[in-house]
Amino acid sequence: MLKYILKRILMVIPVLLGVTIIIFLITRVLAPDPAPVVLGEHATPEAMATWRADNGLDSPIWMQYINFIVGAVQGDLGMSYYTHQPVTAEIAARFPATAELAICAIIVASLLGVTLGVLAAVKKNKLADNVSMLIALVGVSMPIFWSGILLILLFAGILHVLPSSGRVTPLLQPTGGTGFFILDTIMRADWTALGDVLIHLILPTLALSLYSMAIITRMTRSSMLETLNADYIRTARAKGLKKGTVNIKHALRNAMLPVSTVIGLQFGSLLGGALLTETVFAWPGIGKFAVDCVLKSDFPVVQGIVLLVAVIFVIMNLVVDIVYAYLDPRIKYGAKEEG
Amino acid sequence: MSKDKKLATEPAAGAALAAQPVKEKRESIWKDVFAGIVSNKASLISGIFILLLVIIALVTKFVPGVLPYDPYAQNLSESLMGPSAAHWFGTDIQGRDIFSRVLVGTQITLTVGLAAVAISLTIGVLLGSIAGYRGGKTDTVIMRVMDMMLAIPSILLAIAIMAALGPGIEKAVVAIGLVSIPEYARIVRSEILAIKENDYVAAARVVGDSNAAIIFRHVLPNVLPSIIVRATLGISTAILDAAALGFLGLGVQPPAAEWGDMLGRGRNELFRAPWLMIFPGMAITLTVLAFNLLGDGIRDGLDPKARKR
Repeated sequence: MLKYILKRILMVIPVLLGVTIIIFLITRVLAPDPAPVVLGEHATPEAMATWRADNGLDSPIWMQYINFIVGAVQGDLGMSYYTHQPVTAEIAARFPATAELAICAIIVASLLGVTLGVLAAVKKNKLADNVSMLIALVGVSMPIFWSGILLILLFAGILHVLPSSGRVTPLLQPTGGTGFFILDTIMRADWTALGDVLIHLILPTLALSLYSMAIITRMTRSSMLETLNADYIRTARAKGLKKGTVNIKHALRNAMLPVSTVIGLQFGSLLGGALLTETVFAWPGIGKFAVDCVLKSDFPVVQGIVLLVAVIFVIMNLVVDIVYAYLDPRIKYGAKEEG
Repeated sequence: MSKDKKLATEPAAGAALAAQPVKEKRESIWKDVFAGIVSNKASLISGIFILLLVIIALVTKFVPGVLPYDPYAQNLSESLMGPSAAHWFGTDIQGRDIFSRVLVGTQITLTVGLAAVAISLTIGVLLGSIAGYRGGKTDTVIMRVMDMMLAIPSILLAIAIMAALGPGIEKAVVAIGLVSIPEYARIVRSEILAIKENDYVAAARVVGDSNAAIIFRHVLPNVLPSIIVRATLGISTAILDAAALGFLGLGVQPPAAEWGDMLGRGRNELFRAPWLMIFPGMAITLTVLAFNLLGDGIRDGLDPKARKR
């Protein structure tokens, strides 16, 4: 098992190096010179040359890459072209907002997805199944930004019950702390602020979770159906156990293995969805920041965010693989035979 | 001697036999696809809906004057008018008829969806075939590059590529096509790994078929069912990605009508003129839904086991 884990961890390094090469090629080779964008079209050639030299853009591309990697290993991802702040500081200031939203979204998606999936499988071909599958189908077919807009229109524009943007009412914003507002307000026992934070979270969480919920619903349904047909379920029923007990204690527990894998992988892809959800809800996280920085050619920040997201994605994959290997002995032994 | 002869002729006969069923199989695949679509009511309706979209795209492109209004002509005196008998879907801030713009938008949506899938399909199938068939270091290198691409959320990668290439519909097609390559490469590779061990592939190799001939004549036809299903579902993903790029202002150039771009531009008027957001969004959702349902129907046709589940 240890050998398998070490092997998987070592495989992460070339993937991350590859990610940096891909994003470096896109932002430094494919992309046009950022100097006129950052300094403005009317900047003199001398000013542009000085700016390029200051930002290390006048050295050969391979040298720029080596400098970037050496810096990244030491936790230095360069400076933003606009704010002149370290990229790590810029990202650190916004990451908690995205993480809080993504965690809430994956919790909601998992709870609703598993519930709908189980309901659909247990009531196969009945109304509950059809409704669950319809919700799942619409969930994967709706653009994530459009569902956000519809939620804003309904709950903020028509019913006036929920805020349409932002993380918290400015006067109630907790300062200092972890940046995770739920945690910060609980630690300070500021219940008014906590309520405000939660209210702001509802719509973006719903919008972001819809797609993942649909995927989890489909996966839970097919996994449950497979398990419900297994011999041990028939045995459990034949023993006279109650239907609910069999469904939950026997079937669901076994059906959850592939579902938990999907949930793990969905967390990574939620970060992609966050890009759009944050733009719609003016959510001050790294998703909206990434879009803004791409549009104004602030490439050091773009590189930093892509690297961070890739690291999270790869770690989630790693955790899923290791947990799966732990729960499913066939993978362990497969690795042993290979090694 | 006779034993040697037997060994030499058996695979050749096997290859000859193998070639025949493959051709028949190819025909039966399309029959299965058709049967899958027809036997499922939702996917049949989706197929008809998509056919209708194709007709709308072609007619609005080639028959001038068929639309109720010029989708590009500004008319500021009719700015932000709600849905009415004159303007079924209302008008935008520049007074352009949204119904006409939604109809003409099918051209870009279908083109982007099909062209992006064509790019990812061609490159993905090629890379997946080479990786699966050659194995060894070639496989490792290709699949590691695919893993690297998969580690970046596709929409973030597409946005970065668009930022580098600049806005424009052709560039959006390239960006969306490139980011989906790994999915096809993975599917094709895993199918080929299973298929290449079959007797008829060994037989073709023994009679001296080149690697390319074996891949195209014997291996790919057997991978076709998975590719058809993935490509149909891939069109819906490509349409969603294109709409997202348009929404962020990275897609088409004005005054072109693209559904995602229409949503992005109408966002500031959300509460004043919600029809700006409702109709283009519905158009995207229905189109994506149709391709998803069509893909499900085709899968049922090609894999009857899936239908039972």
